[in-house]
Amino acid sequence: MNAFEVNHLVKCFGKLCAVDDITLSAPENKIFGLLGPNGAGKTTMIKILSTLYVPDKGSASVLGFDVVKEAEKVRETIGLAGQYAAVDEFQTGYENVYMTGRLYGLRRAEAKKRTHDLLERLDLSEAAHRPVRTYSGGMRRRLDVGASLVGRPKVLFLDEPTTGLDPKSRQDIWQIIRELVRDGTSILLTTQYLEEADELADQIAIINEGKVIDTGTSDELKTRLGGDIVEFELSNPSDKEQALELVRKFSHAPNYDENSHMVSLPVSGGASGLVDIAGALSQAKLQILSLSLHRPSLDDVFLTLTGDKPRLNQPEPKTDRRPHQ
Amino acid sequence: MNFFEKLIKGLRDTLIITRRNLVRYVRLPRLLFFSSIQPVMFLLLFNYVFGGALGGSIHVPGGKYIDYLLPGILVQMVMFGGVQTGIGLADDIGKGIIDRFRSLPMSRLAVVAGRTFADAVRNTVVVLIMVGVGYLIGFRFHDGFANAVAMMAIAVLFGYALSWAFAWVGMAVHDPETAQLASFVLIFPLTFASAAFIPVQTMPSWLQVFVRNQPVTFVADSARHLALGVPDGGATWKILVWCVVILAVFIPIAIRQYKKFTA
Repeated sequence: MNAFEVNHLVKCFGKLCAVDDITLSAPENKIFGLLGPNGAGKTTMIKILSTLYVPDKGSASVLGFDVVKEAEKVRETIGLAGQYAAVDEFQTGYENVYMTGRLYGLRRAEAKKRTHDLLERLDLSEAAHRPVRTYSGGMRRRLDVGASLVGRPKVLFLDEPTTGLDPKSRQDIWQIIRELVRDGTSILLTTQYLEEADELADQIAIINEGKVIDTGTSDELKTRLGGDIVEFELSNPSDKEQALELVRKFSHAPNYDENSHMVSLPVSGGASGLVDIAGALSQAKLQILSLSLHRPSLDDVFLTLTGDKPRLNQPEPKTDRRPHQ
Repeated sequence: MNFFEKLIKGLRDTLIITRRNLVRYVRLPRLLFFSSIQPVMFLLLFNYVFGGALGGSIHVPGGKYIDYLLPGILVQMVMFGGVQTGIGLADDIGKGIIDRFRSLPMSRLAVVAGRTFADAVRNTVVVLIMVGVGYLIGFRFHDGFANAVAMMAIAVLFGYALSWAFAWVGMAVHDPETAQLASFVLIFPLTFASAAFIPVQTMPSWLQVFVRNQPVTFVADSARHLALGVPDGGATWKILVWCVVILAVFIPIAIRQYKKFTA
């Protein structure tokens, strides 16, 4: 049985298709990472799988339950921690988790016990009886994850669980995620942090503009890129076209960054590739400021596959608190 | 789950949500204070600012403008209370709380029903406070205890019915500010072009046609009838029919909106 499965899934909002014919599946008891920039369709995928959106075309299922026809079964199976900590400011941390437990249909005593255990585990015991409005961002996010766990979901959806958190809080959330998988939970995680996908996910799907660009383990994705990357900086930006034309015989997918005037391309053959490119550049009398060779990171995979600069450590400030599509 | 189990679960979920919505007033007493000070402020301003000009021309038992005013202003305040339902739901949507609720195996009715119940409870408190303050500045019931209770009940019932309409508005626009603006565009003409504050016969005849046939006039006339013993001209049964119609229309479309919306 797959933790989740989507087949030719389509969801459009007007003319914009946030999810545009995606087919994916993930085995149980693993972390599946959905990696992509803002607006790639990650949140829409999560919302379809957690029964919040009805897909326009295609099908989606969680542990074999269809998200449309067996929505109630799906809801009994899953936990959802959305992009914003969906906790009630006026209630205490304890009340938030307890209320969610009761809404899952737990009896009072059971909800009480699980709330107590969860708050302990999430290091929120001390703050348990304080209103959430006094919590820090990291505490809220932990509490939100706690509320999504009280029903003991077999499949957990985490939509950008660490966006906007400080490094310590992010480590805490990572630790919780690892423990959950160890205990048998299947997790679908979206992130725009390459590092996070690299660190946590057993399987990664890179999506952009509603489409899957590539899937694989972190290592597979890096290897598929063809090994090493050569990067050089043009001293004269107007040489851009000439430089790109020149390096196309080494790689079909050179990338140019308008801001830094950096050209980057995957090469085979490591150092000898570097020498070849250096020779070609000097023969063409193109002036460069720097030239380097480095091992690929997931950033490079992303860059090459999407032709887009991923937002690495500075997600866009979100002034609008509404969940976007 | 059979129908009976579903019903029990639905009621239980509704009570859980009702409690959640009321807890904020206990936790943040200043919220309750300021949400009841506004109606009291309206009551005092209308009584002392307009009372002098209008009091002489309005004839009710006892002859005091406050006796005429209180039932009307009570109606306006329960309508304002109804608007809060839409704003509250829009706010919960914005914070992602509704997404969480919609992903839980809970009743599809409970979130909106719990919100409308909580707002009805709050409206009841506001009504009691206003009647209390009214008593301090000279208002008196003139038609017995049972009718006094019925008068407050009918005001709260009308506010409750409107809560469902505003719930739909709030979820349709899913933004608290738009919800507030959209609701007040409806509320102000309905309350001021009604018998809530001013006798209908003082208005231009073309306006009277509207005023005499709209629900706020019926609920104000009915409240005045129950408070003062003046004839209601059939307003009480008319407003009861209106409440039933509003609920019959807006409960289904509000629930449909809750199930379907894609914020």
